Amino acid sequence: MSITVLLLITGLGLGALYFLVASGLSLIYGLMGVLNFAHGAFLTLGAFIGFEVSRAVGATTWPGFAVAVVLGALAGAAIAALSELLLIRPLYQRHIEQVLVTVGLGLVTVALYEGIWGTDPIFISGPAWLDRTTSVLGANVPNDRFLAIGAAVAVLVGLVLFLKHTRYGLVIRAGVENRAMVTALGIDVRRSFTLVFTIGGAAAGLGGVLASQYFGYVSAHLGGTLLIFAFIVTVIGGLGSLTGAALAAVLVAVPQQFANYYLGIGDLIAVLALALVLLVRPSGLMGAKAA
Amino acid sequence: MNTPTSTPTGAADPATTSDARPEAVRADDGAPGGAGATGPTAGRTGLRARLAAPPARARGAAPWVGAAVTAVVLAVLPLLDLRVPGVLPGPTYTPGTLHLLALCLLYGALALSYHLLYGVAGMLSFGHALYFAAGAYGLAVVLQRTDLPLLTGAALVLVGAVVLANLVGAISLRVTGVSFAMVTLAFAQAGNVVARRNIGGWSGGEEGVGLRTANVPDWLVGVADTRNVYWLALAVLAGVYVVVTWFQRSRAGHVVEATRENELRVRVIGQQPYLIRLLTFAVAGALAAVVGMAYLLLQSQAVPTISSADLTITLLVMVVLGGVGSRWGAVVGAVLYTLLDQRLSVFASSDLVQGLPAVLHVPLSEPLFTLGTLFVLVVLFMPGGLAGAAARLRQGRRRR
Amino acid sequence: MSAVLQVEHLSASIGGQQVVEDVSFSVPATGVTAVLGRNGVGKTSTIKAILGLVERSGTVLLDGEPIDREPTHRIVQRGVGYVPEDREVFTALTVEENLRLAVRDREPRRELVEALFPDLVRRSAQRAGTLSGGQQQMLSMARALLNRNRLLLVDEPTKGLAPKIVTELATALQEAARTVPVLLVEQNLQVIEQLAQDVVVIDGGRVVHTGPAAELLGDEAAVRRYLGVHAEQPPTARRSDDDAPGAQPPTARAAEEARP
Ligand SMILES: Nc1ncnc2c1ncn2[C@@H]1O[C@H](COP(=O)(O)OP(=O)(O)OP(=O)(O)O)[C@@H](O)[C@H]1O
Ligand SMILES: [Mg+2]
Repeated sequence: MSITVLLLITGLGLGALYFLVASGLSLIYGLMGVLNFAHGAFLTLGAFIGFEVSRAVGATTWPGFAVAVVLGALAGAAIAALSELLLIRPLYQRHIEQVLVTVGLGLVTVALYEGIWGTDPIFISGPAWLDRTTSVLGANVPNDRFLAIGAAVAVLVGLVLFLKHTRYGLVIRAGVENRAMVTALGIDVRRSFTLVFTIGGAAAGLGGVLASQYFGYVSAHLGGTLLIFAFIVTVIGGLGSLTGAALAAVLVAVPQQFANYYLGIGDLIAVLALALVLLVRPSGLMGAKAA
Repeated sequence: MNTPTSTPTGAADPATTSDARPEAVRADDGAPGGAGATGPTAGRTGLRARLAAPPARARGAAPWVGAAVTAVVLAVLPLLDLRVPGVLPGPTYTPGTLHLLALCLLYGALALSYHLLYGVAGMLSFGHALYFAAGAYGLAVVLQRTDLPLLTGAALVLVGAVVLANLVGAISLRVTGVSFAMVTLAFAQAGNVVARRNIGGWSGGEEGVGLRTANVPDWLVGVADTRNVYWLALAVLAGVYVVVTWFQRSRAGHVVEATRENELRVRVIGQQPYLIRLLTFAVAGALAAVVGMAYLLLQSQAVPTISSADLTITLLVMVVLGGVGSRWGAVVGAVLYTLLDQRLSVFASSDLVQGLPAVLHVPLSEPLFTLGTLFVLVVLFMPGGLAGAAARLRQGRRRR
Repeated sequence: MSAVLQVEHLSASIGGQQVVEDVSFSVPATGVTAVLGRNGVGKTSTIKAILGLVERSGTVLLDGEPIDREPTHRIVQRGVGYVPEDREVFTALTVEENLRLAVRDREPRRELVEALFPDLVRRSAQRAGTLSGGQQQMLSMARALLNRNRLLLVDEPTKGLAPKIVTELATALQEAARTVPVLLVEQNLQVIEQLAQDVVVIDGGRVVHTGPAAELLGDEAAVRRYLGVHAEQPPTARRSDDDAPGAQPPTARAAEEARP
């Protein structure tokens, strides 16, 4: 029983990380038709900035950790916004080239991170509470799981509220459905491109700081590893659907944890799930709509 | 208006030809220096005519002459004492240099097989590494575990790779575009997991599988025999080049190229896009597996990184650098990439770079930083890659 | 009379294929100008080219100012309302959200829209994807009428709708046309007769006829030549040398579809 609870909550924590990456991927794809291969790099930058901040201000205290989280998210947002403005925008409407450019950006950034922070993982620690465990139904669950889950839920709720109740959210939802018609209503849809990149980058940066707590280290390849699973989650959830991504994140991560524990083949489960979903429903669980 | 007008020669009038991807260099340009290119072959308008026309077309033998001359020059390299300081680590007859050159040739062949997928059929696969790794790992495991002679083992692995490519292709091709990219990525990732985790104890985990030489002919084994492996690599490249060219000129090649531009029209003329895509996918996979086997003989081991998404991305970079849609572009892109990667690593550890201030020294000590930047710049500012630039140059000269 | 829109040598291509060739015509500052032509001749593409929704070349002047290099959203912001073919409402959004998205003016003409389409007010919380075809068309029209435009581009608003709805939409358009010039793509000759003062006939991606609507509709041979139908005769009275047998509404579309 206790092991089931532990695996379940750990799986949810992993799913939370997947969602933090996949939410941005999904929105970006839904609105712009661009699969962003640089998204992992946004996450990794968030993780490294979080790490640097903790070194500088001492992230073993809660205020220090909070600063690390905020700056990590801001770093993710900043690099994402710059990428959109400098690399994606000049290739407006040329989707293949846009994807290629994000592939290139992914290569460049990872190489740069390796140059700056080295190739080996750097082990880190946060506030003492995160390293402790909480007993849930007899299972000793590491606290960082709860933090990841809480953050992902907050991001999901925040994004849904944003999409439902703001003018920008309205434009994004409409753009996911029919971008050309949005421009034909006199709206400069490119501004929302930058916006979704920024939002997605912020979520990824936040995910980076939390992922480094979850795994206990930062490395230049942190984002790349998560990105592949986030892709799977995005496709299973239905490209462009936020709630689909949330659902799929859980559906991928939890079985993955169980399969890893009992069979040692968790990663294969995720792939099988993808094949299965695409065979049964080629458009993913939720099709394309923003919320 | 706008009904497809068939042109009798099978090649559409370049003036009326409209390509859905203006950046892409057309596929049928010949070997380097092949001046025989008679303008782009047909886009949409001439499709029907091209499909009806037999593959033997008016194009001359010039591209083949270029390719043959290149092959002969490459073949005699191990017998010569050529030195290209800064590009090659030593004279061309030395094992170290031949090893690097053989690697270039094999990546050229692998990039060519990827060109068939992406450049010709327009299928953006992120899982091509799987078949390359299947070839290398497959042959390594067969040689480790059985007493089959090399060629028999290789044939067995090839059959296995074809089956694998057909299975994965049959599932992946149910979706198109980005979903296709993701599914192929996921399957390759599964292969990577199997290789890394040493599932079943066959793949050796992170160590990989070494080449057991008991059943490998002696002339392929020793360091002194590197030039034999080099010739093998050259033969593989030539073989892949011939197969790819032949495929592109076959009926299936024309149809699959047409599906890239307009699936509906292909359906209309009574062809099954799915099956023809699957055929292309399987051919590309089989070629990659062959290259993988040669790679095993060259490197003497198969390691998990050759099954990673990074390898497929490298192939994509090579093809884009060379020029999407161009055969010789793919090869040149691969050779350039491999050489640059190798030389940049050497350059990175040179005293010159080590002595630079951190702002310059950090990025320059990472070959991938330079290569990635180059790639981004090509995508942004040099549509069509090297082949595109060459075509523009040729055109400019002709106009003058 | 001055022109609100002047189109000169406009060409457009989709996916590298030219679909509009060297089209020139102008839209007077008042009234409805109808664009006619058989299916697939490039009417929609012409409208889209004016809006910059497809690749185009040539000159387009709105009140004398060139708009042919502007991005779509700027053109619309200059005061061009657009009611696309096939409605293109945002199906995942509610009726109210569709309208809110379309608002550009500081004081949108909510009352006008509500008076013209009372049905939409009642359904403001309904998802647009669940509206009937006619209701979606009204919503699409309402989006354009909310703002004070200098020109309306309306593409086949009556396509596939029941006669009663066609009448309703025609009335709304007539109402709107009192304050704004309209360029209307339409296949229904009765609607054209009711609304249009001028016509532009397109065939094979080119303009083949321009002139007063009444003149064209009165010239049976011309209508037949351009559109392949008889203008005024009831379906039963048609000679059937190239029309399929059976009762058909006298629209260009029906005649076109009946062709082998
Ligand atoms: N997305 C597209 N891809 C390829 N061809 C297209 C596309 N859209 C339109 N066309 C072609 O352009 C031509 C003109 O189309 P357009 O929609 O402008 O015609 P139309 O006059 O509006 O027809 P209808 O009366 O049926 O609405 C047609 O031959 C059509 O096949
Ligand atoms: Mg139309």
